[in-house]
Amino acid sequence: MLEINCPYCGKRAQKEFTYAGDAGAERPNLETGTNQDWFEFVYLRNNPRGLHDELWHHSAGCRRLIKVRRDVVTHEIIDTGAPSDSLSTGAS
Amino acid sequence: MQKYSIFSLARNALTSHKNWGEAWRNPDPKQEYDVIIIGAGGHGLATAYYLAKNHGITNVAVLEKGYLGGGNTGRNTTIVRANYLLPENELFYEHSLKLWEGLSQDLNFNVMFSQRGVINLAHTDAQVDAHQRRGNAMILNGADGVWLNKHEVKARAPLLDISDRARFPIKGGLLQPRAGTARHDAVAWGFARGADARGVDIIQNCEVTGIDIENGGVVGVQTSRGAIKAKKIGTAVAGHTGHIAAMAEMRLPIESHVLQAMVSEPVKPCLDTVVTSGATHTYISQSDKGELVMGGDLDLYNSYAQRGNFPRIEEVVASVISMFPAFSRLRLMRTWGGVMDMSMDGSPIITKTDINGFYINGGWCYGGFKATPGSGWVYAHTIANDTPHKLNEGFALNRFEHGYMIDEEGSGATPNAH
Amino acid sequence: MNHQPFRKPTGGNIDRSQPLTFTFDGKVYQGYSGDTLASALMANGVKLLARSFKYHRPRGLTGYGVEESNVLVQLRTGARSEPNIPATQVELYEGLVAESQNRWPSLHFDIGAVNSKLSGLFPSGFYYKTFMWPAKFWPFYEHAIRHIAGMGKSPTLEDPDSYAHNYRHCDVLIAGGGPAGLMAALSAGQSGARVILCDENADFGGMLRGRRDTIRGKPGPEWVADTAARLAAMKNVRLLRRTTAAGYYDHNLIVLDERVADHKATPENHEPRHRIWHVRAKEVVLATGSIERPLVFADNDRPGVMLTSAAQAYANAHGALAGRRAVIFTNNASAYAAAADLKAAGIEVQAIVDLRDSLEAPELKIAANANIGVLNRHVVVAAHGAKSVHSVTVMPVDSNTTPVGEAQEILCDVVCLSGGWTPSVHLFSQSRGKLCYDETLSAFVPDKSFQRERSAGACQGAFQLDACLHEGAKAGAQAAVAAGFATTAADVPRCSADAVVKPRLLWAIPAPDHLHGGKQFVDLQNDVTAADVGLAYQEGYHSVEHLKRYTTLGMGTDQGRTSNVNGLAIMAGHRAEAITAVGTTTFRQPFTPIPMGAVAGLNAHDHVAPVRTTPLHHWHESLGSPFAPTGQWLRAQGYPKDGETLEQATMREAKHVREKVGIVDVSTLGKIDVQGPDALEFLNRVYINSFSNLAVGKCRYGVMLREDGLVDDDGVVTRLAENRYMITTTTTHASAVMNRLEYLLDVDWPSLNVHLLSVTDDWSGIAIAGPHSRTVLTKVTSADLSNSAVPFMGYAEIDIDGVPVRLFRISFSGELAYEINMAPNATRTVWDALLKAGANQEIIPYGLEAMNVLRIEKGHVVGGELNGRTTADGLGFGKMISTKKAFVGKVPARRAGLTRDDIHQLVGLVPTDEKTRIPRGAQLIADPKATKPVAMQGEVTSQCMSPNLGHPIALALLNGGRARHGETLKAHSPITGQTVTVTVTNPIFIDPQGERLRG
Repeated sequence: MLEINCPYCGKRAQKEFTYAGDAGAERPNLETGTNQDWFEFVYLRNNPRGLHDELWHHSAGCRRLIKVRRDVVTHEIIDTGAPSDSLSTGAS
Repeated sequence: MQKYSIFSLARNALTSHKNWGEAWRNPDPKQEYDVIIIGAGGHGLATAYYLAKNHGITNVAVLEKGYLGGGNTGRNTTIVRANYLLPENELFYEHSLKLWEGLSQDLNFNVMFSQRGVINLAHTDAQVDAHQRRGNAMILNGADGVWLNKHEVKARAPLLDISDRARFPIKGGLLQPRAGTARHDAVAWGFARGADARGVDIIQNCEVTGIDIENGGVVGVQTSRGAIKAKKIGTAVAGHTGHIAAMAEMRLPIESHVLQAMVSEPVKPCLDTVVTSGATHTYISQSDKGELVMGGDLDLYNSYAQRGNFPRIEEVVASVISMFPAFSRLRLMRTWGGVMDMSMDGSPIITKTDINGFYINGGWCYGGFKATPGSGWVYAHTIANDTPHKLNEGFALNRFEHGYMIDEEGSGATPNAH
Repeated sequence: MNHQPFRKPTGGNIDRSQPLTFTFDGKVYQGYSGDTLASALMANGVKLLARSFKYHRPRGLTGYGVEESNVLVQLRTGARSEPNIPATQVELYEGLVAESQNRWPSLHFDIGAVNSKLSGLFPSGFYYKTFMWPAKFWPFYEHAIRHIAGMGKSPTLEDPDSYAHNYRHCDVLIAGGGPAGLMAALSAGQSGARVILCDENADFGGMLRGRRDTIRGKPGPEWVADTAARLAAMKNVRLLRRTTAAGYYDHNLIVLDERVADHKATPENHEPRHRIWHVRAKEVVLATGSIERPLVFADNDRPGVMLTSAAQAYANAHGALAGRRAVIFTNNASAYAAAADLKAAGIEVQAIVDLRDSLEAPELKIAANANIGVLNRHVVVAAHGAKSVHSVTVMPVDSNTTPVGEAQEILCDVVCLSGGWTPSVHLFSQSRGKLCYDETLSAFVPDKSFQRERSAGACQGAFQLDACLHEGAKAGAQAAVAAGFATTAADVPRCSADAVVKPRLLWAIPAPDHLHGGKQFVDLQNDVTAADVGLAYQEGYHSVEHLKRYTTLGMGTDQGRTSNVNGLAIMAGHRAEAITAVGTTTFRQPFTPIPMGAVAGLNAHDHVAPVRTTPLHHWHESLGSPFAPTGQWLRAQGYPKDGETLEQATMREAKHVREKVGIVDVSTLGKIDVQGPDALEFLNRVYINSFSNLAVGKCRYGVMLREDGLVDDDGVVTRLAENRYMITTTTTHASAVMNRLEYLLDVDWPSLNVHLLSVTDDWSGIAIAGPHSRTVLTKVTSADLSNSAVPFMGYAEIDIDGVPVRLFRISFSGELAYEINMAPNATRTVWDALLKAGANQEIIPYGLEAMNVLRIEKGHVVGGELNGRTTADGLGFGKMISTKKAFVGKVPARRAGLTRDDIHQLVGLVPTDEKTRIPRGAQLIADPKATKPVAMQGEVTSQCMSPNLGHPIALALLNGGRARHGETLKAHSPITGQTVTVTVTNPIFIDPQGERLRG
C-alpha cells in the first residue's frame, strides 16, 4: 500500500485517497475550447512509463485534490503538492 | 511440425521422449520482413498465425522483449466468454468464442478450453434487469445465454451462499454455458508453434526501442538486436501500447493500470463453473490443477509495475469468502500483477493508423485473453488488407474523436472505471 | 512401554511430562508438548506420510520447516478442516486429527500409483499433446484430470473462526528471529526505536533451535531464551512469535500473518485464529535465514531421504530420530556437524559421501572425532526401497564429476542431503531489491536494495553463526540510525565456530546405465524430474518462466523453496550458459500461504461493503418492509399488509398516492451545499441549463453532463440565499458527483470562490405526495402553503410540530407534492406527525417500488435510463440545454456520434393488448424470427404495471425514438421466453401538461 504525503495533512495511507487521474492534461477553456481541444483533454494520455504527474483526492481526509509525481514503474513517489504546484523532478 | 496425439506420445515414450523436436525455433532476425508484429503474447502470435494461415503472409517476425507469452497472456485469470451488451463487442467476442471451440484441434495443441460456463451473479433487481437485458442482447447476436434463478445458481456452485443474510443476496444469475476457461500459457505456446511451423520467425529477447517512419509510413524498427526493416508493423503489446505508440509519436486514449490476480492452494474439485459478481467486482474459478483462481478490480492508479498492493487482495478475498464462506480456511498461495491497457471506453482498439503500414491492437482492459483468437483473426485481416474486418470496424481509433464510443459500463472516459 | 520407538529418552526442547495424543490416518499416536506433527510422526517411526502429486509415489518427510514439500496433511475435521498443511508447520496439540491426502483407498495401497508405472506417458506437458480427439470428449478427460489433481479437500462448511487485522507504524521491523534477527533487535531496541521482531516459528532461534552451537559457552537455545527475555523487557520492542512476514509491499509496508491460535484445538476466549499485521516500517532488517538444498539423483524421493539440517533438527530439538542408519550425502562442509549430531543422538552414520575432492581440516576433525567414515569424491547415484529407503548406491566420481569405477551399496534407512544453502531472499525480492548470483555459495544473494531495508545473516549468504551475530548487530544498529536514532551495534557474544559452506556443484548426479530409469526428482511436490527439465529444454521452453510453466517446477505450495535453484541450474547446464543468464522466476507474495479468512479479516460477509440506513430504517423494518440495496443504502421497498405480496402492496400504494396522499422516505438522495460568491457561476458551468435567473427561494431541475458530453446526473438546485444553493443528486451517484465537483473547483477552477459540503447525512428527507398533500401539511404547520406562497418549484423554511424543516415544492411522482428536509434525529417526529395529521385523508407510507411506478408513469428517468450512454437530448432534456452559456460537456456533446438521428431516445411503451407485462430487460426488435444476429433498435429500461392507467407500461431507449411514437415493435426477451407487441408512445403517461403537480 502506498503512503502519500498530503500537503495539507501529512503522510497518510493510500486507503484514504481516491485516484483522480492524470494531472498532465490541461482542461480547455470552457468558452473557447474547440472540439479538438476537448478530444485531446478527455481522451488522449501521455501514459509515460516512468514519472507520472497525477491527482489524488484525499477523499477520506481533507477532501482536497493533491498532485503527486510518482514513478509508475517503481511506485516511488518523488514529490507531492497542491494541483497548481510545480513538483520536484527528484533529480537532486 | 511434429503432430501431437496420444499415439505420438506413446511412440515417444518408447524412446524416453528424446525425439521431440522444438515447439518453435529460436531464429536470429532477418534484415527485412513483410510484417513485423511487436509482442509475442497470445494476440501477437495469433495474428502471425492467422496472417500465415488465412492470408498466406509468412515472411513475418514476432518480436518479443522477454519470453513469448510472458505478459498478460500468462498472468490472467483465464476466463473465456462472450457475454456483452453492445453489438460491436458481442459479435466480436462471439466470433472469438467460436474460434476457441475448435482451437485445440486447429493448433494441434491442447489449450484445455473448458466450457464450464460463466455465471454473472445478480444481487439487486436493477442487476436482474441489466443482466437479462444483456442476456437478451447476447442471444439476439447469436450467442448463448441462460437465466438462472438463485437455486439453479446454487446447483451449479454448491458452496455459494444464497441466503438472504448475505450483504449482497443473490437474486439469480446470467449463465453463458459455452463460456469457460482455458490454459493460458498453452494458448501462447500453441499459436507460437503453429505460426513457427508456417514460417513465422518468433524472436525472443528482442526489445523494440524505436519505430522508423519515413514519408508518413513505417519502414522498420530499432531493436535491442539491431535494426529490422518491415513494410508493415503491428503492435500487440497490451499494457504497453502507449509506450510503443509514443515511439511513433502517437498519444492514445489508453492508460496503463495494474490488475492483480491470485490463486489458492490446489484442492480437489469444489467449484465447477466460473462465478463473477458485479456487486463487488470479483471473479473466481478453479483451475484444472485445483487452485482457486481469483481476481477483482484494478489497483486503480496508473502503473507499469506488474505488481500490486495488498488492499486490493484483501478486498478480492473478502468478497470471495463472502460468496463462498467455506473457502475461508483455504490458503492464498500466490498473487501477481499484470499491466492493463485501459482504454477510454473500456473496449479494444484494433485499427490501422494515420501512419501508413502502422497498426495498433490494444486497449484490452481486463478482457484480452478471451479475445486472443478473435483478435488475431481480425487484426491479421486488417494488416493483410489494410482495411478492417467487419468485426473490428467499430474498434477504430477515431471513434473517440467522433463520439462513437463502445462503452459497455457507461462509465465514460475514466479508464480505471471500466 | 515406549510408544515412540524413534524418540531419544532425553534431550530436545520437548516436555516429556506433557504427552499429547493425536491421530494420523485414523491411527492414534502419542507425542509431546513441543513437538510438531512431523517430529511426533517421526518419533513414532511413521515414514510413509504422503503420496506425490502426479505419480502417487510414496513420500516421507524431507524438511523441518516451511521448505517441506511432501508431507501435506488435511488437518482438523468438519468446518475447521484445512487442506495442504505441511506437517512441519503444525504444532502438536491434544486431540489433533490429521489425514494424508491425494491417495485412494489408502496411503499404503494407492490405486493412483499406477501412474508411476505409466509414467512414460506422462512427461512434462503431456496434456498439451493429447486429449484433443475427439474434441467433444475433452470435458470427460478434464473431469478425470481435475479429480486426479488437487491434493487436499476444501471444507464445505462455514469457517467458525474469526480473524483480525492490525495496523502499526514502527521504526525498525525485523523479519526473522534467528541469531541475526535477535542481534538486530538488541541493537535497534537499545536505541529506543520502536522495534517489531517477528518469527514464523513457535519460538525464536531460527537454526539455533536445531543445532548444537554454543554462545557464551552455553547451548544456543539458552542464549536465545535469555535474549528474548531481554528484548521482552524493552518497552519499545514488540515480539511476535508464530508470525510470518508474508509480503513486502510498496513504501515499506510489510504484511505479517500471526497464527494466534493454530497451535490449539480451537481459538480461546474469542481470540482470532490469525491476525494480519499491516506494518509501515521506517526501516527493515531482513534476517530470514536460508534453506538447505537437496541433491538430485535417481529415486531421491524415497521416504527417508531428507535434508541433513532437517534430520539434525529433529534429533536435537525433539529427540526424534529419522532412522537407525544414515548415509550423509553432501557437497559442502555444513553437513559434518550435522552428521556428528546424528551420531551423538544414536543414529549410526554409515558414511559421509562427499562430492568434493579435498576436504579441509575442520570437517575431517569432526568426522574423525565422531568416528564417521568419509568417502570424498563420491556420490550417491541412487536410492533404493519403496515405502522406505533401505540402501543407496555410491560411486566414485572423476575430475569431471562423472561417476566412474566401482559402485557399492550401503544399507541405510535415512539419507541426509546437503547440496548447499539457498538464502531466503523472497522478501528482499518482493521489495524490488536486485539479486546477484554468488558463485562461491552457488546461490542468489541480495545485491542492491530498492526500499529502506537491509539483509543480515544467512539470507544474505553469511552462513556462519559468528557472521550472523555480527551482521545482525550491525544491521539493527544501521536501521535504527537510518530511522533517526543514535546507537551503535550491540555487543556480540562469542560463539562456537562452524564450517564454511563452499559447495562443489553437480546439479543432477548422472545415473550409470544399469540404474537407468530411476527418476531424479527436482521438485518433489509437483513430481518434476531432471528429465522433465531436459525435455523442456529440448522442446524450446528455455526461459526460466517457460520452464516453470511447462514443467510446473516450483509452482507447488512450497513455491519451489528446495527445487528452484536446482531446476534452473540444470536448465543453465542444458543451455550451456551461466546461472545468472538464466535468472530466477519472480518471488511472489505471500512467502507462505495465508488462510483466505485471515486476508479478509473482518471485511467479509456483512462488512464486505458499508451499509447505510436512513433514520427511519427501524420504522420501515417494524412494518415488515423488505429492503432494496441501492449503492450502499438499504431502501424500504413497500409495506405489504393483510397478506399482500410486495407487488400488490406496490400497486395499492401507487394508486393511493395519485388518489389521496402518501409519504415516502427519500433520505438517501445526495445533497450538496454550495456556497460562495461564485456559486452561481459554478453551477452554470456544471449544469446544461442556466440558473442565472433562479430567484432566492426557488428550485430548478438541472442536468449535468460528463466531460465527454453524455449525461452524468440530474437533480434539483435550490437557491437558499443569495450565494447559497443546495443541489440534490441521485442516490447512487452522490459520492461521484461530489468528488467531481470538488475536482473541478480544486484543480480546474481554483479561482472560483465556492465551497462545497456534502450534507446527505445532515438532512434526512420525506416526500409527501398526492392531491391531499397540502391539506395534510397545513395541519402540521402554521406556515402559508398556498400556491402563491409556495408555488410549484418554490422553497420555504417552515416549522413542523416544532421541528424546523426545509420545504421544497418539487414532485417526482407528478402529483402535488413536497419534499421535506430536516435534521436526522427529528425525522421520526415529522414522519409521525404527518401520519397522524393525515389520518382523515387516509395518508399511507409508500415505498421505493411505488415511487418507481409513479415516476415511470410520469416518464422521469433514473438508473436504467441514466446508463452513461445517453445524451441530454436523447433523454428529452434538449430544451433545457442553454445556448447562451458554456458548460461542461457542451462541446463534446456536439460530436457526430452523439447527435446522429438514430441515437437512443427516451420513449414510452404500451403493450398493444393493454394486458401483457412488458418483459424487464427486453430488447426492441422488428421480428423475433429474423436470422441472428438480429439488429436491436432499443431496449426496455424500466417497466411496471400502471395501477393508475390500468395497463402495463414501460420506458425504453429507442433509436431515433422521438419520431417513432405510434410505431409497433416487439419487446423481445428470449432469455425468459417472452415477446410482447408494444406501441411506442410519449414517455410521460400521466398528466403530460403537469396540471396535477401545479394544483
